[in-house]
This record gives sequence, structure tokens and C-alpha cells, in this order.
Amino acid sequence: MHLSTDPWVWVAAILSLFIFSFLYKDNPLYKFAEHLLVGISAGYYLALYWHNGMYPNIIAHVKDGNLWYLFPLFLGLLYFAIFVPKYAYLIRWPIAFLLGAGSGIAIPATFQASIYKQLEGTLLNPLNTYPSALAVFNALLIFFGVLLVLTYFFFSKEHKGVLGATSRVGIWILMIGFGASFGYTVMARVSLLIGRLHFLLGTWLGLLRF
Amino acid sequence: MGWVSLSLLWLAVAAPPDSLPADTLAPRPPRVLEAARFHLQDTPNDAGHSVTLRWTYPPGLQDSVRAVIVLRAEAPDVPMQEVKFIPGAPTVYKDMGIPSRTPFYYRVLFLTVTGDTIQSAVLGPVEAYPQWFHTGRIPILLGVVLYVGLLLWFIVQARGGKELFLRKIPGLEAVDEAIGRATEMGRPILYVPGLSTIDDIATIASLNILSHVTRKAAEYETPIIVPNRNPVVYTVSREIVKEAYTSVGRPDLFDPDQVFYVTDSQFGYAAAVSGIMMRDRPATNFLIGMFWAESLILAETGAATGAIQIAGTDAVTQLPFFIVACDYTLIGEELYAASAYLSREPLLMATLKGQDWMKFILGTALVLGSLLGLFGITWVHHFFAGG
Repeated sequence: MHLSTDPWVWVAAILSLFIFSFLYKDNPLYKFAEHLLVGISAGYYLALYWHNGMYPNIIAHVKDGNLWYLFPLFLGLLYFAIFVPKYAYLIRWPIAFLLGAGSGIAIPATFQASIYKQLEGTLLNPLNTYPSALAVFNALLIFFGVLLVLTYFFFSKEHKGVLGATSRVGIWILMIGFGASFGYTVMARVSLLIGRLHFLLGTWLGLLRF
Repeated sequence: MGWVSLSLLWLAVAAPPDSLPADTLAPRPPRVLEAARFHLQDTPNDAGHSVTLRWTYPPGLQDSVRAVIVLRAEAPDVPMQEVKFIPGAPTVYKDMGIPSRTPFYYRVLFLTVTGDTIQSAVLGPVEAYPQWFHTGRIPILLGVVLYVGLLLWFIVQARGGKELFLRKIPGLEAVDEAIGRATEMGRPILYVPGLSTIDDIATIASLNILSHVTRKAAEYETPIIVPNRNPVVYTVSREIVKEAYTSVGRPDLFDPDQVFYVTDSQFGYAAAVSGIMMRDRPATNFLIGMFWAESLILAETGAATGAIQIAGTDAVTQLPFFIVACDYTLIGEELYAASAYLSREPLLMATLKGQDWMKFILGTALVLGSLLGLFGITWVHHFFAGG
């Protein structure tokens, strides 16, 4: 056993144990680690926004004499109008701008990435272009799976008769997919846990040989 | 390094002096390919920081080219700088990250396996400039126009008084029941509007549901807690909660501290919300919006406190965690349908009808395109690939 002599390893290890203590129940040690994390991260992100956002995107340009950048600065400052009740309504301007611009950017991007590219990948090709019978089966499975799942998301028709049957199969397909995704992600989380235990038992306590 | 020195270096490395006859020890002048083989143009459909260089090889040359070097200069008579060394025998190079509206000259060197260097003439000038319209996105424009047309058509119909049917969505049916439970137990409601930014569609859908939930909570005088990860989402959700209290005639019940910003840190936020769940013991948790790896931390903690939980997200990778740990889960588009479902406003329901029709059209295109594709007719594939 070779205990670490690095004080920061001790800090990280003790705070990790404080967070793990939540598994038993909420307690003052967890509360301390939680508040520390929230406080430090809030301060850290404030500095990050200044150095990665405000300064290079606005202040540096204004310093170079490009005064057009004062317009987004003014729009952003309107968020602080909330502190002046008489002018609090002005906060709606930047929000409206952000929502409008965000939607304008998101709609074509969604059409491209979430609809067209998915449809392109789902469409069947001439059978002789598939390398094996298994590839044909895979393509057919995806094709029918997409169609059946799509029927589940019809809201303006009652799920009865044919639509009821197809949507029921559609939700089964979704659940099978979610099950696979669940298992896959749990494995990734277990690997995170192993990483933390490795740190505690190896880096901190020196019980593991690397 | 200039092209001449590069050529000399290549010749020196590739052809040892003892393998050459004495009269060929001096570097051979590089062979020059005719300019007609090269095509230099501004890269179309971009923001104006790239030019594209294409070329064809004389018969038999491509097999013997080992690498290509692209050189660039801002004037034809100054030494050129190497911008790219490309192994193999490519036929195209896209020079990206160059200043817009600035003339550039290029030369291409072909290094052969026999040690020869073949070069192009000086090519150019060419300028990169931005385009206003991306011609490759016309299929997307057509899709958006069709979709908006459908929405407008059904909105006009709804305004004309046409009744629109909406099937039951269990997760949304349970919203009022969950609020009622918190009221009966005298405990607060926790509403987590996701961890994404305001321009995320899931966040916008979540804020619509927040408005409905807050109105109901205000009617029942049940406190609602709304912790936020994003400062802008915080500002909007605060306005929504305040307005919801006002709209039901109870502005006095609005407490500015019930909607608050926590931190931008993903797991800092998860730790804080978990703490709120354990200490304030909300009877009902709404986890609606965009979530990432913290979804299971939040949903598991909520389940451990015994709260009734309604979750909703369009994050496919997080849905399985909500399904196992929450009482009701809104899957993907059910989340987008929520505002129409909860408000029963004809205009919003008309948009759902339009969405259903769009799904039907896309499903039909999928079937027809696949049938045609099986027979080798692939223009439907190309249409969607163009998007």
C-alpha cells in the first residue's frame, strides 16, 4: 500500500467519497461536496464565458474599432432589464431574437439531419447492391421498423384497427431498441465506476498495481 | 519551402547519385502538365473561405504518382508556400480556411514512384467568396415549403371551426393527476426544464408544458420549484412562471426564488437537483426537456423519494432510463405534441394535424422510393441525399 503524497489526489478522493455517501442517504458531507461543486462550477463557467465568449466575440472586436458588435452587446444587456421593473418587458427582445434565430437555424438542420438523412439511409436499394443475404434482411428490418414506429406517432387518428396493430408493433420495436441502448449505456456507466474505483484504490491508496 | 527546393529534395532522396549516369547528376527540370488539366474555382455553397482545385492525369500517370504537393501564393511571381502534402494520387483538393475575396495562385507538384517531379503551371488567380443561397439545399427548401403549407392549410381549417381529433397520450393525461397528488400531500412540485439551451426544440416544448403545470399549480396553491442549468432558459422560465400565476389571477403567489439558476456544470446541476429532491421531498417531479448522462441520476433519485415522475425528452439515448425509472414518459414527438394536447387550442391542434400529414407523406415517399429503388430507379434517394 503506497498512499498518494499529492494533496490534490487526497482532495479528489475525499470529495468522491463524500459524493458516494449519498448512496446511503442525504448527509452533511454530501451537502458540502454538492455545494462546493455547484459554487466552483458556477464561478468557473462565469470565467469561461468571459474568456471564450464575451472577450473574443465582442470586446476584442469593439477594441479593434468594429462598433457593429455593440448591437449584440446591447441586445444581451437587455437581459438585465429584469432588475428594473419599469423596463422589465425589454427582456423579451433578446429572448424573441434568440428563439427566432434558433428556430431558423434548427428547422433546416433538423430537416437535413433528422429527416432526409434518415430517410436516405432507410430507403431500399436494388437487391444486387447488398453484399449478403444478412444485409438484405437488415435493410428490410430497418425499413419496416421505421414505418411501424412512425405509425405510433400519429396523433390525429385513434389507434384502432390496422393503425392500432401497427402502432403496437411499432412501440415493441421502440422498446427493444431502448433495451439495447439501456444495456449499452449501463456498460459505459460501469466503466466510469471502474475508473473512479481505479483512482481511489490505485492512485489514492496505492492498492492496485498498474 | 518553395517548390523548386522541394523538387530538388525529392530528387535527391528518391534517386541516389550512384544510380544515375554522370551526365544526369544535375537536377532535371520538372515536366509541366498543361493548364487545361487543372480546374480552379471558388468552392460553391460555402461561407467564402475555400477554393477547390481539380485535375486530371495524362494516361498512365495516375498509377505512378506517389504523392501530391499543393503550393499557394498571393502573387504569381513570389515563392509559393506548401499548403498540403497528400499521399497517393488524388484528383481534387479543397483549400479551406483562406481569407475571403483575396486572389490566390496555386501550383501542384506530382511526385512519382520513379523519383520524377511533374508540376502544373501557375494556376489562378482565384478568390473565395461566400454565397447567399446554398443550391444543394433546394430539397430542404421544398420540404420546408410543403410542411409550412400543410400547417397553414390546417390552421385555416381550424379557424373555420373544423373539429380536430387528438388521441390519448397517457403521459399527458397524468399531468393533472400528478399536480393534484402534490396538492393533496401538501408538498411542492419540482419541474426540471432540461439542461439544454433555449434554442433546443425540446426546451421550447418543455417551457410550454411548464406554463400549463404552473397555471394548475397556482390554481391549487401548490408551490413549484424550477431549477435551471442555462441562464437564458432561467430568464424565460421565470417569465413563464410569473405570467402563469398572473393569468390565473394569483400574482401574489409568485415567489421569484422558486425559479432559480443553479450552475452550468452538468453534474453540478444533477447533484444540486438530487439534493433538492431529497431535502424538499417534492411529491411530483417533471423531468421534461433535453437531458444527457444525468438523466438516470435525476430519475433514480426522484424514484427513491417516492415522487410520482413524469419525464419527456427527444434524446433517444436517455429515454430508456426515464422509461425504467419514471411513472410516465413522453417519447420524442409526444413531447412536441404536449402543448397542443394540454391546451386543446384549435390552432395548436391544427399544427399536430399538419405534422401527421407530413409523416404520412414522408412514409409514402419511403415506400415508393424503396419500391423504385429495388428496380434500380434511385432519384428519390438522390433527392433525400441532396438534403
